[in-house]
Amino acid sequence: MDIIYTIWLRNIKRYLRSKSRMIGSLGMPVFFLLVLGFGLNSVVRIPRMEQGYTGFIIPGIVSMSVLFTSVFSGIQIIWDKQFGFLKETLVAPVSRIEIMIGQTVGGATAALIQGFIIIIVSLLMGLHIPSIHGFFIAVLFMILIGLSFTALGIAIASRMEDMHGFQLIMNFVIFPIFGLSGALFPIDSLPSWLKFLPRLDPLTYGVEGIRYGLLGTSQMAPLISFSVLVGFMVLMVTVGAFLFRKISI
Amino acid sequence: MEAIQVEKLTKKYNELIAVDAVSFTIEKGEIFGLLGPNGAGKTTIISMLSTLLKPTSGTASVNQFSILENQDAVRKSIGIVFQDQSLDEELTAYENMDFHGRLYRIPKDNRHNKIIELLKLVGLTERKDGFVKTFSGGMRRRLEMARGLLHEPKVMFLDEPTLGLDPQTRNHLWQYIEKLNKEKEITIILTTHYMDEADRLCSKVAIIDKGKIIAMDTPEKLKEEIGADVVTIASSDIDELQSKLELLSWVKRIEKHDGLITINLQNAEKRIAEIVHLSANHGIAINSISIHKPTLEDVFLNFTGRTIREEEADHKDRMRMIRRARRR
Repeated sequence: MDIIYTIWLRNIKRYLRSKSRMIGSLGMPVFFLLVLGFGLNSVVRIPRMEQGYTGFIIPGIVSMSVLFTSVFSGIQIIWDKQFGFLKETLVAPVSRIEIMIGQTVGGATAALIQGFIIIIVSLLMGLHIPSIHGFFIAVLFMILIGLSFTALGIAIASRMEDMHGFQLIMNFVIFPIFGLSGALFPIDSLPSWLKFLPRLDPLTYGVEGIRYGLLGTSQMAPLISFSVLVGFMVLMVTVGAFLFRKISI
Repeated sequence: MEAIQVEKLTKKYNELIAVDAVSFTIEKGEIFGLLGPNGAGKTTIISMLSTLLKPTSGTASVNQFSILENQDAVRKSIGIVFQDQSLDEELTAYENMDFHGRLYRIPKDNRHNKIIELLKLVGLTERKDGFVKTFSGGMRRRLEMARGLLHEPKVMFLDEPTLGLDPQTRNHLWQYIEKLNKEKEITIILTTHYMDEADRLCSKVAIIDKGKIIAMDTPEKLKEEIGADVVTIASSDIDELQSKLELLSWVKRIEKHDGLITINLQNAEKRIAEIVHLSANHGIAINSISIHKPTLEDVFLNFTGRTIREEEADHKDRMRMIRRARRR
């Protein structure tokens, strides 16, 4: 536990100190929220959606923020590899699993904070959370998304030599995950032959879970979302830990 | 008692043999130098001894613990300063130390005092709350040394500790290393390609070339073997000069390198007139001539027939091969 806490502490210190990263990664979500939320609110009508399109995409944007921050946090261990700090941790008498879990929890924490900031912005835009109960459900899903995708980032970073592949990962892995997730559109509105796609995307379950928590309605049963996401999280942490164990420097 | 025992340690990357069946023993309290050009395999040896890299074959023990079977015990016994920096630049000096202390599970009340004590030892007390990104190269090295000492290791690995530092800082660092060795009774194993560094610091030196140890002894003994003096001659016709000098009975050894001739001999002061005379008789022009006491550089030349600088030129090709082999 001590070791996980130590690694977590370092991650959080670094996160809280890099103001530019914190503000920079808020840029796109806030932009989406304002432009799409206000811009499309009067045009788009979603059935059974009292809070309008703005209300509909808020959970989507929260997940987006958590997703991007966590993947980035995970991939950051490439910097540690390049700047040599990873050696310092790998040569210590601690197991790699502990290091990996510390990194994952650290990244997820940073992602959770980013998500909270979006929720605060949303409250200012008029979001009403139905109950305190619902808020905690949303937090639970945010944590699950954060853990899963930080672990995914670590898995990717373990196989990468440097940051050159980062754009590739963003464009061909992370954006599709976000785009297909139903963050911006109701998944049932897709033509029937495409409906399976969002269901293959793990983030869909996260978005739906957060939507259930923050708005009280969702297209997917919350228990299903929860089970699928927990499964995905366990899978990602396992894969991440496995690949991280094989890092050689 | 031996601090480190290495037996036929070998590391292969596909066809390339980075470390070739190396064996040596380091006694407790020694400062042991692994001396050789870049790419000779020094860092690979250190990586294997510190359990970061698995040997292809052979074994070693550090502080009596096997690097193959008892990795955690080895890790607790060693402190290490890597060739490349391994600090977190976004943290302060104190925080870097604290992180290390927690990783090595040093109890809280003890941790703070030790950090303060060690920062004082390396002269960084005033900068303890400064961010590492504002530190100079020498300060970073000193901080890394202090950090490596925090968990009271029995053996300290220093991989090229003064690489890229200015002469004054190097001198300071050498003093710190000697102080550590004496005051804390820590066995130190350092790698370097600076001959003067090995000469100044080490009680024993192993000269490594292309993954093999080619000579191992105290610096004094290694230099004695070469002979009393070294004469270096620059000439426009070194081949001709070499063939003439080779015939002389008092020439112990003669090497050609970098367009120079190096001769090992006794009483160079007396012989130098003979050399000049001989070359004048044969009409060979001498551009310059110098006498010096043997250094470890001459020892390296003696054993390999090349200077360390010539070696460095090959080094880039070799590194490229290693990298290619690793990628596969």
